[in-house]
Amino acid sequence: MNETARMTAEKHRDYTGSKIGMWLFLSTEVFLFVGPFLLYAVYRYRYPTDFHNAAAGLNLVLGILNTVILLTSSLTMALSIASVKKGNKKLSMLFLMLTILFGIVFLANKYVEWGAKIEHGIYPNSAALLKHSNGEIIFYGLYFFATGLHGLHILAGVILLSVMAVLIAKGKIDPSDFIKLENSGLYWHLVDIVWIYLFPLFYLIR
Amino acid sequence: MDNTLPSGSVHGASFYEERGHYRGILSWILSTDHKRIGILYLCSVLTLFGAGVLLGFLMRLELITRGPTIMGPQTYNEIFTLHGVIMLFLFLIPATPGVFGNFFLPILIGAKDVAFPRLNLLSWWVYMAGAVLAITSLFTGNGPPDTGWTFYVPYSLRTGTNVPLAVFSIFVLGFSSILTGINFVTTVHRLRAPGMGWLRMPLFVWTLYATSWLQILATPVIGVTFLLVIAERVFGIGIFDPAKGGDPLLYQHLFWIYSHPAVYIMILPGMGIISEIIPVFSRKVIFGYKAVAYSSIGIASVGSLVWGHHMFVSGYSYTAGVLFSFFTFLVAIPSAIKVYNWVATLYKGSIRVDTPFLFALAFLVQFSIGGLSGLILGALSLNVFLHDTYFVPAHFHYIKFGGGGFAFFAGLHYWFPKMFGKLYNKKIANYALLISFIGFNTLYFPMFLLGLEGMPRRYYDYLPRFQPLQVVSIVGSWILVLGLILMFGNLIRALFKGEKASANPWGGATLEWQTPSPPPAENFEKIPVIEHGPYKYR
Repeated sequence: MNETARMTAEKHRDYTGSKIGMWLFLSTEVFLFVGPFLLYAVYRYRYPTDFHNAAAGLNLVLGILNTVILLTSSLTMALSIASVKKGNKKLSMLFLMLTILFGIVFLANKYVEWGAKIEHGIYPNSAALLKHSNGEIIFYGLYFFATGLHGLHILAGVILLSVMAVLIAKGKIDPSDFIKLENSGLYWHLVDIVWIYLFPLFYLIR
Repeated sequence: MDNTLPSGSVHGASFYEERGHYRGILSWILSTDHKRIGILYLCSVLTLFGAGVLLGFLMRLELITRGPTIMGPQTYNEIFTLHGVIMLFLFLIPATPGVFGNFFLPILIGAKDVAFPRLNLLSWWVYMAGAVLAITSLFTGNGPPDTGWTFYVPYSLRTGTNVPLAVFSIFVLGFSSILTGINFVTTVHRLRAPGMGWLRMPLFVWTLYATSWLQILATPVIGVTFLLVIAERVFGIGIFDPAKGGDPLLYQHLFWIYSHPAVYIMILPGMGIISEIIPVFSRKVIFGYKAVAYSSIGIASVGSLVWGHHMFVSGYSYTAGVLFSFFTFLVAIPSAIKVYNWVATLYKGSIRVDTPFLFALAFLVQFSIGGLSGLILGALSLNVFLHDTYFVPAHFHYIKFGGGGFAFFAGLHYWFPKMFGKLYNKKIANYALLISFIGFNTLYFPMFLLGLEGMPRRYYDYLPRFQPLQVVSIVGSWILVLGLILMFGNLIRALFKGEKASANPWGGATLEWQTPSPPPAENFEKIPVIEHGPYKYR
């Protein structure tokens, strides 16, 4: 039996297996962020006043805006999956595009936010930042690292969802086989949840 | 057991003959067949093992006289760092899951392949990418890292050597390890043959399962820790830098939260191999199957709570020290359960003294010495005395090399006929084992004594009174290398000139022995139905 024949003969899909695999992967993502969160907890305990003061320097409006954007994008993501399940390809495509768009807007906001900070000389190892107290240096170190790592995950998500859009357009994701889109959705929600924790820890402790 | 199973599959071809879409080297490096990926891992990890042995050999040789002998202190520091990085991240962590896990996990549970075959191939590619990056880090920047394999801050932030690329390569290798873990957990949950309940799984599968969980849950922590080190080096974020208010101790915590469980990633699958070999050569059901199976999970879970015993003198609270010491003693219990059950399996068995069995015995001796010396180090007060002396490398080499490494060799000699369809020369293999065993113990046992006398680890020079034992240990390294050359020479010779192996040369009862040697691409003519536990002998 040659390879092609074998592949077609064995083209069975294990829906539950794929789900298990995805959840296991998501747990590795959670543990990836556990590191920065642990460091945050220890340093916050050590420098409570500095953290309070440093947080006041972040742009609360942009933070709230980004939270709303990400939460909405999780909704459109879920709607996109629901539409695929119902066989409505066009609607699913629309919601997916909206999700991607929200992701890009989030990154653009982040760019503006970081840009403003860097403009004021607040970035790791900058002369202006090093004049601040130790706790504030650590706060901004963690802020840039954690939001940067999260931003990279959003970027990866945008790329992943764009691939999914191509697959939907090609008809490779349909009501009979939508596990790829569903797993991508799980990833997107996870990245969203990480932000739900990052937002209060950095913006709301002023 | 039935030794006369038909060799040759339904199609009369082994997985070596069924190449799929590609020809030549591509039929290997693009194959999603778990057996081919297992062989790919075997070639890669053994090549790097050879490099690691060479570095260790040079490191020992340097110490034969006092002062610089064949290298200066900087080179010595670089070499012990590389030796550690290669042996741990490129050999021990991927070796047993990557080689025997890939090759045998699906067969042992009666499946045709792992749950995600393409992800499996990707994990090998990512492993190779990590290996290439690690090797690149030697020749770029300002030379290989000289920090030791632990990359402790603040030195790893200050040293001019190529730390960022080296830790990035370990980040990439971690990715490969995670992919293997995800694949194996899903495979065990989803692809067991009909009738194979959890308590009918071979014990090697249990250990792989426990190991995979550790790979999934612990690896990301070191991943992000190394990202922080890179961010520290490149951008100076200050998290671990005392000058900016950072705390180096937190690095040590995060590092060991992964790296201690990683020790169990290295040894658990090896324990699984021993659990397979001992019942086969005792012709007896393993004593206390459930205890051995659950103790794997026990080791994995308690082993995740003991990381602080690497930091007894790093400066944390006494209470933390007592707790970490307590958990360290606790983790000895499931390990001892395994050893006692293996020994109890031998009792009143009809023992067939054959090569893999002898390897398993060597493992038992060396692992026990390693484990018991671990308890000495785990005791808070003694640790203060022994910390960073030769006692520590002696202990962990007994566990990782004498245990994990020898278990890998045991697995290689046990499954070689199945993997390659050839028999090796048993007499030479036995001699190779004897020489390696003598060499190993001559090399590492004197290190315990040196440690007790106060010889610090990682020094390239020493006081005159240490010289006699150093020389004994160095002669041991020559004997060991001789044994290893003989061992692998014998196996390589068997590949080309070995006799053809039957389907079941050892009389094993697990599923892999019910397929031809080597197995066909599909593993089984039809998926077997399991009606009893894995070690049924009469």
